[in-house]
Amino acid sequence: MSEGIGAPVKRKEDKRFTTGKGKYTDDIRMENQAYAAFVRSPYAHAKVKGIDASAAEAMEGVVAVLNGAELTGDGIGNIICGWAISSKDGSPMNMGAWSALATDTVRYTGDAVAVVIADSKEQAQAAALAVDVSYEELPVAANIEAALADGAPQIHENAPGNIIYDWEIGEKDATDAALAGAAHVTEMDITNNRLSPNAMETRAAIAKFDEAEDHYTLYTTSQNPHVARLVLSAFYAVAPEHKLRVIAPDVGGGFGSKIYIYPEEIVCLWASMKTKRSIKWTADRTEAFLTDAHGRDHITKAKMGFDAGGNIVGFKVSTKANFGAYMSLFSSAVPTYLYATLLSGTYNIPNIYCEVLAMYSNTVPVDAYRGAGRPEASYVVERMIETAAREMGKDPAELRRQNFVKEFPHQTPVIMNYDSGDFEGNLNQAMEAADWAGFAARKAESAARGKMRGIGMSCYIEACGIAPSAAVGSLGAGVGLWESAEVRVNPVGTIEVLTGSHSHGQGHETTFAQVVAERFGVPLDSIQIVHGDTDKVQFGMGTYGSRSGPVGLSAIVKACDKVEVKVRKIAAHQLECTEEELVIEDSQVKVPNTNKALGWHEIGLAAYTAHNLPADMEPGLKEGAFYDPENFTFPMGCFIAEVEVDPDTGVTEIVKFVASDDFGVIINPMIVEGQVHGGIAQGVGQAMLEEVVYDENGQQLSGSYMDYTMPRADDLPSFVVEHHGTKCTTNPLGIKGCGEAGAIGSPPAIINAITDAIGDNNLSMPATPSKVWALIQSSGAKIAAE
Amino acid sequence: MTTVSMTVNGKAVSADVEDRTLLVDFIREQLRLTGTHVGCDTSQCGACVVHIDGKAMKSCTMLAAQADGADVTTIEGVANGDLHPMQKAFNDNHGLQCGFCTPGMIMSGIDMVNRYKAEGKTLDEAAIRHELEGNICRCTGYHNIVKSISQAAGEM
Repeated sequence: MSEGIGAPVKRKEDKRFTTGKGKYTDDIRMENQAYAAFVRSPYAHAKVKGIDASAAEAMEGVVAVLNGAELTGDGIGNIICGWAISSKDGSPMNMGAWSALATDTVRYTGDAVAVVIADSKEQAQAAALAVDVSYEELPVAANIEAALADGAPQIHENAPGNIIYDWEIGEKDATDAALAGAAHVTEMDITNNRLSPNAMETRAAIAKFDEAEDHYTLYTTSQNPHVARLVLSAFYAVAPEHKLRVIAPDVGGGFGSKIYIYPEEIVCLWASMKTKRSIKWTADRTEAFLTDAHGRDHITKAKMGFDAGGNIVGFKVSTKANFGAYMSLFSSAVPTYLYATLLSGTYNIPNIYCEVLAMYSNTVPVDAYRGAGRPEASYVVERMIETAAREMGKDPAELRRQNFVKEFPHQTPVIMNYDSGDFEGNLNQAMEAADWAGFAARKAESAARGKMRGIGMSCYIEACGIAPSAAVGSLGAGVGLWESAEVRVNPVGTIEVLTGSHSHGQGHETTFAQVVAERFGVPLDSIQIVHGDTDKVQFGMGTYGSRSGPVGLSAIVKACDKVEVKVRKIAAHQLECTEEELVIEDSQVKVPNTNKALGWHEIGLAAYTAHNLPADMEPGLKEGAFYDPENFTFPMGCFIAEVEVDPDTGVTEIVKFVASDDFGVIINPMIVEGQVHGGIAQGVGQAMLEEVVYDENGQQLSGSYMDYTMPRADDLPSFVVEHHGTKCTTNPLGIKGCGEAGAIGSPPAIINAITDAIGDNNLSMPATPSKVWALIQSSGAKIAAE
Repeated sequence: MTTVSMTVNGKAVSADVEDRTLLVDFIREQLRLTGTHVGCDTSQCGACVVHIDGKAMKSCTMLAAQADGADVTTIEGVANGDLHPMQKAFNDNHGLQCGFCTPGMIMSGIDMVNRYKAEGKTLDEAAIRHELEGNICRCTGYHNIVKSISQAAGEM
């Protein structure tokens, strides 16, 4: 049917957003609302010697000035990382204490030391400037090298040398031996630049304490309100779960940055109890740069060995990962189980070894950002194989093709078991769409105009729907990564679907409804998707890691299965037929080729009137389900970028960008393509434009849109997005997930294309015009017309 | 305090505001028209674009007092019964995801179509991308925003 699986249905949620009626956290105003403004450290590392709030407290409108000693005195717990990783020697990771308001030491510029509560936002901000904090400056380590240097400042007492963990995966000896015996070994030093996620809606919170009920409500910009409630209760002890309602209303983008529970939400909840006022806080953009978890920031050494025939024989990777000043919620999993496990890429690699050294620095905490570990892995693998092809004089497409995994399931040496795929199919589709064969002529035409043209590809693979819960638990996860759903058929036949997934741009209100509409043969408009409120939805693990399709929708399908069982029983009872004879379509439950039929609404009515149900059947028609995935899903694809570089200016123009993805079964191709577009834009941003920059004192030099280069419309081309899918074999709909692929696969394609154009491989991200121009100058690269 | 009077979405409004009150704060906090958004502090992102006397302006970059006497249109005032062709085009072409930048995109889109029409110029893809310099979207990669504005340009 036209509204079901595979149909490019226009989004149900758009009307409110296009008419200005979206309801984001900052749009909400509560009675008796006061405003929070945070007093933040101007230093990257310092002792807090004293806080004099007397001047601020005397200012007009100020309700209270609260500090870390009061916070910890009230029993509010430290912020934790929820995934335990052990070092090579078996020792646990070194997690330093992180109080929502610093008590004795600040560890990054922007670390909060106090909060001002006032009647108006302006009063709160003015008073925050009047809070006099005495600091004793300490030496600063603002990057990986500085944090690991001899005599580096000790950032947390329990992390000697600033090391969080020294972790490994794979077989070291076997990999060393394979490399020693290789006919060719490619070696590279690869940096993955630090990024700021930059959802357009900044983080915000409104906390309300109901003294009579001893109950809290928190509106917040969260990708996972139930996880927020769980963590706020279990670890920060703000309130027990049954006394805390968390609502994530319309949320203006997340990209990972809104997974975590930050100091500000904790403080707003606590301050609402202290002041008996509703407390509102909305970050400004500079605060977002200073406090939202950053992404990436790896330095890697890699060696990839090949036999004389060009087959990969071994891959050894050593990565240093900057975690910033504190361990954010999922930080420890990103450069380990979300990174090193993807180092086999789309290739058959018999021997892999990876070690990861994680360390503190005096910078903003680093955690998952769109792709989370997988873009870093994809970048290493795809830069390495491209470089190897150039070094060995082989065609980069053919070297990939030769080494592709071609049989499934495929067990890699680094945990993952790929269930399905047709990697050559995607490669062929992308090469055809990119007119790979015609590139030489286009390069010559560019050269005739004095321009350098290059083409580059990336055959990425990633892993979504982190699973199963028991497996991730054995790897250190502190939570289960299932999803839950409830399907309620109302007495009139309309349907509410309560999901633990959270939509902050992904279009769940449409795609989830499409699946249910097809399942029960009912109109899309008769289905309402409910999400984002812990008082409405039973439970949920939220949306990140492209898990809403493969995991969230699977839970909905499982709940629909249970509903269908009951529907069939009711209909068989009333129509005096067997359950197996019935078909459900066109808003009817019927026996084909007979006059035996009940309208869908009649089933609902029968369930709730309960006048004529099978013996022993409970009234009502709603079912819940928890779905725990059997395996990760493995979206993959081939991206091809073609660029033209102006040697006089170093400016790179992306002439064409082609994506051929395998996302398994697609519910709504329009929405999936939109996800790919956005992901590619963020990947192009990483490859060419974006970088968080700190100076040696730990001051962030890229703390606004004047300084941090966001991709704009004229930085990007229109994209060619194609799909060549193979069904995922491990979930009921065959979905693989599509949210992160664009950001994972595009950076290496872009850099491979630019390095191809300029004939110099020594290019790091972001490939700014000045870097590209300098490389052209230093290498004396010539425009090749051949 | 200053008393400002203006027309907002066809209605006359008058209020006392602090001298420092930005137009966007007046619109959001005093008029409670929350479709106009704030996405940055440096006049870069365009989530706050409204029309002042028919021209697109960033409401975070002017004082409420500067709009005294002006005719202001916000995203809430664009539809006239039916959706405006620009609003419909964003829905038709999946020109939005999280929706946060969308009001500013639509206000900028309407303005650019009007200007190009008035000047008799062609609003092609390159022109749309150039004209969107002052609007940032993090979700869509602009691909479908460009398509949306292009469709609306043919219908307006």
